[in-house]
Amino acid sequence: MKMQKKRYVLKFPPQSGDQPFSYHLVKDFDIRINILRAEVWPGKTGSLVLELEGTTTNLKNGIAYLKANQVSCEPLNKKITWDNVRCISCGNCTAVCFAGALQMDPEKWELQFDPEKCIVCELCVPACPLNLFKIDFRE
Amino acid sequence: MSIQKTYEEINEKIRRGEAVVLTAEEVSQMALTASPEEIAEKVDVVTTATFGAMCSSGAIVNFGHANPPIRMEKIRLNGVPAYEGLAAVDTYIGATACDPENPKYGGAHVIQDLVDGKDIELEAWGKGTDCYPRKHIKTIINKETVNEMFLFNPRNAYQNYPVAVNSTSQMKYTYMGNLLPNMRNATYSTSGELSPLLNDPEMKTIGIGTRIFLGGTQGFVVWPGTQFNTSKPKNEHGVPVGNSATLAVMGNLKEMSSEFLQAAYYEKYGVSLFVGIGIPIPVLNADIAKNVSISNEQIETTVCDYGVEGSPALGRVTYAELRSGEIEVQGKKIRTAPVSSLSKARKIAEILKQSILAGEFEISKPVQMFPTNTSLKSLKEQ
Repeated sequence: MKMQKKRYVLKFPPQSGDQPFSYHLVKDFDIRINILRAEVWPGKTGSLVLELEGTTTNLKNGIAYLKANQVSCEPLNKKITWDNVRCISCGNCTAVCFAGALQMDPEKWELQFDPEKCIVCELCVPACPLNLFKIDFRE
Repeated sequence: MSIQKTYEEINEKIRRGEAVVLTAEEVSQMALTASPEEIAEKVDVVTTATFGAMCSSGAIVNFGHANPPIRMEKIRLNGVPAYEGLAAVDTYIGATACDPENPKYGGAHVIQDLVDGKDIELEAWGKGTDCYPRKHIKTIINKETVNEMFLFNPRNAYQNYPVAVNSTSQMKYTYMGNLLPNMRNATYSTSGELSPLLNDPEMKTIGIGTRIFLGGTQGFVVWPGTQFNTSKPKNEHGVPVGNSATLAVMGNLKEMSSEFLQAAYYEKYGVSLFVGIGIPIPVLNADIAKNVSISNEQIETTVCDYGVEGSPALGRVTYAELRSGEIEVQGKKIRTAPVSSLSKARKIAEILKQSILAGEFEISKPVQMFPTNTSLKSLKEQ
C-alpha cells in the first residue's frame, strides 16, 4: 500500500475541543500523526497543525471523519500565502526559517517556499521587511 | 605592451556599438582562464550592482507655493515628519523618519508612494509672517503636482559589510534581520563579487561625477558618502575586510521605479529603503582588469557579534563560504542567510550592461577623485 505524508491545519469549533480526535485518527484509521503545533483552549476554538501519514484511503476516511465532526481540515499550503510578485528575494525570511521551508535557490538566488517543510512557527511573518507573508492559522 | 584606454576611447566604442561589456560576475568567470592583460584588451566596461537596505537615504521635494503662501515650519507627509528647516516649501524626507504612533509606515514608504504616483497628504504649519501669512495647510500632493523631487542619499553602497551573529540567549532585532539566539544564524549583506566598491577597491574609476544606475534611472555619485573610511584593514587581495568606503548619490526621483526603490520595515528596528545601484567600471588597464576579476573566494569580511555592545569581531569568512549556506565561526557551524537581494542586483547589472551596449549609457570620468586617507571618529560625550 502506498503511504502518503501531508501537513494539515485543523480547526475545532468550541464544542469539539474535548474530543480525542487524534486518538481516533490513530486507532480507527491507522494514521501516523505528528503534532507540529497546537493551540487548544477549552470552550473556545482550537487549531492544530498535523502531519498525517497513512494510505490514501485511510487519509481520505480520516479527514472525512474529522469533517463529519465539524473539524475543518485543510492542507497547510492553502493556509500560508506569500506575495511572490512583490517579493524582492532579500533573504531575511530564510534567516529565521530553521525548518528549511524558506530557502534561497543557490543558482538564481530567488526565494523558494516549500510548504511541506513549514512548521507554522510564524517567524517569517515579522521577519519579512515587506510584510508579504500571511498565515491563516487561527481564524 | 600594456594596454591603456581612455574614457573617451571607451565612449567612442559605446557610441559605435562596439564596446564589450560584461557584468562583474561574468568577468570573474572569464578571469579563471584569462590574464588581466587579456581582459583589459578584450573588455571595455564591467557592470557592478547592489540592491540592499540603505538607511541613510532620503528625498528633497519642493511643493510649490499655495495662495496665500505659507512658510512651512512643521511638515507631515502621510503623517510622517519631514524636515522643516529648508526655506518655505522645500523639504527633505528621510527614509527612516516615522510617526512613533505608526512606526511601520515611514519616510521610505512616502518616497515609494511618490515614485508610484500615489497621492500623499501634505499637512504643514507656520507661524504666519508678513510675506507668508498662512498658518496652516492640508492638501494632496503627488509626483505630478510637486516641482522637483530628487533622491539624495548621504551614505549608500557600503564597500563590504560585516556578517551579523548573536551570541546571547535572546533574539536580537536588527537592520541585519532577526538574529536567532546562540548564533543559530548569520546574516550578510553585500552582493560580493558583483558589489560596486569591491570591484574598484581603491576607487580608481569611481569618484565625484560618476554616472550610475540609481533606482531605475541614471543618477550620479556626488560626494564620498558619510562615514567614508579608507583606513580599514585589507586582505592580500586588496579588499577591506569590513565596512569602509561609501557613496553619496543623487538622481531624479520622478524617473525612478519602485522595482528598484523599495520601502522596508524591520521588526523592533524601524523603516529603511532598499536602493538599487549599478556602477559601470571602465577597464582602462590591466590593474583595473585585475580588480574587477575579484571572486567571492577572494573577498573576505568580518563576523561581528551584534548581541554584544560594540559588536566585537569573532572571525573572518569569504563570500564563497557565506553563499554556501554555512560558515564556521570559533569552531561552531552557523547557517547563513543574505539580507540584500542578489537576484535584483544581477538584474540591475544586466540592465546597465544592456543600456551601455545600446549606446544609451556612457561612462563618465570623475571630476574629482575621493580622499585616500580618511578614518572614522566616534562621538565623545564631553
